[in-house]
Amino acid sequence: MNKKVLDLWVGLFVIAGIAALLFLALKVGSMSTVNSTDSYEVVARFENIGGLKARAPVKSAGVVVGRVTDIRFDNETYEAAVTLRLDKRYAFPKDTSATIMTSGLLGEQYIGLEAGGDSQKLKDKDRILITQDAVVLENLIGQFLYGKAQEGAPQ
Amino acid sequence: MLKQAIENLGNRTLEGVWRIGYATRFFVLILLHSGTAFRRFGLTIREIYFSGVLSLIIILVSGLFVGMVLGLQGYETLQTFGSEEALGILVALSLVRELGPVVAALLFASRAGSAITAEIGLMKATEQLSAMEMMAVDPIARVVAPRFWAGVISMPLLAALFSAMGIFGGYLVGVQLIGVDEGSFWSQMRSAVDFEQDILNGVIKSVVFGIAITAIALYEGYDAPPTAEGVSGATTRTVVASSLAVLALDFVLTAFMFRGLN
Repeated sequence: MNKKVLDLWVGLFVIAGIAALLFLALKVGSMSTVNSTDSYEVVARFENIGGLKARAPVKSAGVVVGRVTDIRFDNETYEAAVTLRLDKRYAFPKDTSATIMTSGLLGEQYIGLEAGGDSQKLKDKDRILITQDAVVLENLIGQFLYGKAQEGAPQ
Repeated sequence: MLKQAIENLGNRTLEGVWRIGYATRFFVLILLHSGTAFRRFGLTIREIYFSGVLSLIIILVSGLFVGMVLGLQGYETLQTFGSEEALGILVALSLVRELGPVVAALLFASRAGSAITAEIGLMKATEQLSAMEMMAVDPIARVVAPRFWAGVISMPLLAALFSAMGIFGGYLVGVQLIGVDEGSFWSQMRSAVDFEQDILNGVIKSVVFGIAITAIALYEGYDAPPTAEGVSGATTRTVVASSLAVLALDFVLTAFMFRGLN
């Protein structure tokens, strides 16, 4: 076969392949891992994180503002230290609170941030002080039953 | 009788170990002689045409149909949970993570791998390779290495085309035919598919499969007995061995890549 035609076909093939890769990268997938240059990290400590997993979204007012990058167990305080990587475009006050929430009744767990009123903003490596643990269904049911039992008990 | 059986077993084992050693040496030899494949890139381009471009039709058509079937079957199952909108996630994740690389690799093995083996086996049978050696042309550098790199370059491109085509097929059936909401189809897909975890790992898989398939095909062709039977046997072995290698490697790679997830 003519060498020119051959090159043309191979060129078309490579372009089509790269276009397919681009389609997958841009249209199908999304960059969830915000790169370190335009993001900052904060740590939040929880007594119970329930089913929270690394890569879970961090949302504020329902908008994804970052991701959970790391979950670690602190052997000194016996708490879970959760590292959140937040987009630099979003700055939060220092007294922002973090809550572990569930999307829907049985959906995945994510971290919800609720902005406070402090004039100072959270910076890289800061710690979120106000946190609220995940709701564990078993505990909730246990508390409910305990409350019911108390009610019925003769005074 | 018993002695004979034990002798046979020993011979087979020795033969097997010898083949593994020879195949490894052959693989290292390809890597060492790869210079020509890049210096005279025209040779590699020719081989990309034969193994990549000519596999396009089968890859695109199968990708489309696999995606369409995924769309239909996925809808049937998801519908019972009332979550048809997750169809995009199902189609995209199964294609990008597994079906794209694996099915494209299986098709590539039977379409291009067998052709490579038959070609090199016949070259050997008709003593073209010996003739090259007589002219001080290294057949590994001139014939084998360009085919190897052509396969390694083609495979990820073919897998990406397969996945893209499959997602398009899933979109055709799911959105256009059945009527899943288009917006949630794409947006749920985007929020669930991660570039590094899913797409990049799929590309890595397909590169590994490309290396495995072409190396096996080239080895079988180069090692084929120089007879008609020998070449046909080698072609069969290529398809069987490289398909098994793809599936086994896929399990190992998946175990490595997705164990940390969740």
